[in-house]
Amino acid sequence: MNPNKVKHIVLAGNPNSGKTTLFNALTGLHQKISNLPGTTIEKKTGYFNIEDQKISITDLPGTYSIHPKGEDELISVGFLLEPQDAPIDLVVFVADAGNLSRNLLLYSQVADLGYPMLLALNMNDLAAKKGISIDIAELSKHLGVIVCPVNARNEIGLAKLKEAIIKVDSAHQSTFYDGGEISDSNFFSNYRHFLQDQIHKLKEEDPEQAKKNELDVSAETTARYHKIDKILSSCLEQDAKKNKNFTQRIDSVLLHPIYGFLAFYFTLFLLFQLIFKVAEYPMNWIEIGFAFISEALKNNLPEGMFSSLICDGVIPGIGGVIVFLPQIIILFALLAVLEDSGYMTRVSFITDRLMRKFGLNGKSVVPLIGGMACAIPSIMASRNIENKKDRLITILVTPLMSCSARLPVYTLLLSLLFIEKDQTWVDLRGLILLGMYLLGFVAALLFAFIFKLILKQKEKSFFILELPDYRKPRLKNVLFAIKAKAGDFVFNAGKIIVLVSIVLWFLASYAPGNKFEEIDHKYSNYTAEDKALKIQSERLEVSYAGILGKTIEPAIKPLGYDWKIGIALVTSFAAREVFVGTIATIYSVGDPDDEKTLSAVLASQKRVSDNKPLYSIATVLSLLIFYAFAMQCFSTLAVTYRETHSIKWPLVQFFYMSGFAWLMSFIVFQIFS
Amino acid sequence: MNASELKQGDTAMIHHVEFSGLRNKLIEMGCFEGNKIKRLYTAPLGDPIAFDINGYILALRKEEAKLIEITLKKIES
Repeated sequence: MNPNKVKHIVLAGNPNSGKTTLFNALTGLHQKISNLPGTTIEKKTGYFNIEDQKISITDLPGTYSIHPKGEDELISVGFLLEPQDAPIDLVVFVADAGNLSRNLLLYSQVADLGYPMLLALNMNDLAAKKGISIDIAELSKHLGVIVCPVNARNEIGLAKLKEAIIKVDSAHQSTFYDGGEISDSNFFSNYRHFLQDQIHKLKEEDPEQAKKNELDVSAETTARYHKIDKILSSCLEQDAKKNKNFTQRIDSVLLHPIYGFLAFYFTLFLLFQLIFKVAEYPMNWIEIGFAFISEALKNNLPEGMFSSLICDGVIPGIGGVIVFLPQIIILFALLAVLEDSGYMTRVSFITDRLMRKFGLNGKSVVPLIGGMACAIPSIMASRNIENKKDRLITILVTPLMSCSARLPVYTLLLSLLFIEKDQTWVDLRGLILLGMYLLGFVAALLFAFIFKLILKQKEKSFFILELPDYRKPRLKNVLFAIKAKAGDFVFNAGKIIVLVSIVLWFLASYAPGNKFEEIDHKYSNYTAEDKALKIQSERLEVSYAGILGKTIEPAIKPLGYDWKIGIALVTSFAAREVFVGTIATIYSVGDPDDEKTLSAVLASQKRVSDNKPLYSIATVLSLLIFYAFAMQCFSTLAVTYRETHSIKWPLVQFFYMSGFAWLMSFIVFQIFS
Repeated sequence: MNASELKQGDTAMIHHVEFSGLRNKLIEMGCFEGNKIKRLYTAPLGDPIAFDINGYILALRKEEAKLIEITLKKIES
């Protein structure tokens, strides 16, 4: 092959066969990997060199067959049937050696598309533990392709694999199945067209036609399996005595009808204990650190508008978010461990019955639990839910789970609830925080049930899930998950907070026309101290930010909020955690006293109408409820739009969540005030 | 007899998958004629059920397991 020409190779295979692990090992990239079928939901391309040959490698989501059921499978099959960008020079088929028969079904289907194939036999170590031994040379002879044993996890066998990648000619074909007695002689020439036809029908959502095609396909699938088993009988040996595996021993406890449920609850309990208890210590250090930085800057910067922007808006805003880094790190690390060990699929198995009642699916548990971290990747993770209605409901309710962006808001509000109370506040706060998470989950189930009743079911819901073998979580993998997520969180949140703080500061510092001059003129007879205070707060009221807050005040007054909180609600649409920075900026602009902490400043605020404390228990509870339920995340709406291909669903999501938030906050405020 | 009636720990031979929208999917997952199926675990409330299909674990709802026709077979030690 011409070394100047890039060789395009594709990784295909069943879910959880280790394609992405191999992709990472070959390219040096760090795509997300785990022991959870369906982790890869998009195709990803990377590059590497074998000697002088430039290779482009595309990793596809796993699929069980060429007849896709889920959205993720459709991506892979669509790509294999109609390659984009460049023709495929080679398909490296990654097969789990411990489950070769089922893996070879897809292999045979891809080979029959006419691609040059290479079989990478992965996870031989696990297969050996199950008592499986495979005659590589014999298998290679039968399939007519090179077979490379690899261990992607430990990067064993990569040199041989690379050698083979170069060696296979891009014109080499090794078709598998000839159609047998059930098809005409034109089987191959028609195979690709037949499949393409099916895919288009699938996209058109024509269940009648799909049913008609099905009969032919299942006969073909059975025939393929029989041929595969015939081949394997000559090259695969299974020592039944050795097959007392580790996974079955663990599952006999974790999938036990009683112990299994207990184990699941204990896992959740442990998760929250670690998030709230262990994270407390580093959170304290970070808080102290930021207070110190803010103080030091205040003392060294020249007094004025700029100093107040940095010290009162930007620094506390960023600090208010960084403080949650320990909790987010622990959350993401634990989720990575759950996924990489193989336990997450068991959670789906245990909860499917319950979830079904609410119009969801055992597979919805993965997005819902992930929603406690962030709704955006979780909504994308719903792609492996095959039933369209189950998937849509999962997408719609996942943002009700309390995500990590709500944490800073909850914590600030909770500190107001328990200000100047006795020593027990730490426990109470933790308890209420746990309650907020529970509330999100209950609301998600409630709305799932409502959507189940409203939405029409077009196809039968089903639950067919492979439970992979348990594996030791990879430390490197967990660390990369933390690094990627934590970095993302700090960088993105930091960017938005700085931006919003600056915009807000300008909006609060300028007013249309000469309103500021009028105020200055009005108070020209007052003493200096009095004047500063009055002028500052009246200035905020007439500023652009004030106008914004005043505009929406009528809508939020029944919830117990004033126009200042209104400003924070509006800026929260950039990201919920911006609330903290916004509140900090607003009150420091309005209040020249810089000495007090933010929660003390808030506690001293009075309502204009009756001069009672603004942040009363009723208002704070109402705000907590509002932030728990309201759809205030533009990125989530964007991802819902992308996943549902329709503007209708993000709109539905926005209005049902925000409407419910308004109603519940209204009720809570009226009850407690 | 169908796979949902299989007792915990028992092995059977699959001889047919009933026609339905899921027939091909189930066959693809290894539930084809002549393959062995063993009931491994049952989720709380009796549904779904996890089976061993030729060395890997497949979880199915009761409804789906009912589509799989089986013949009981003596377990070879």
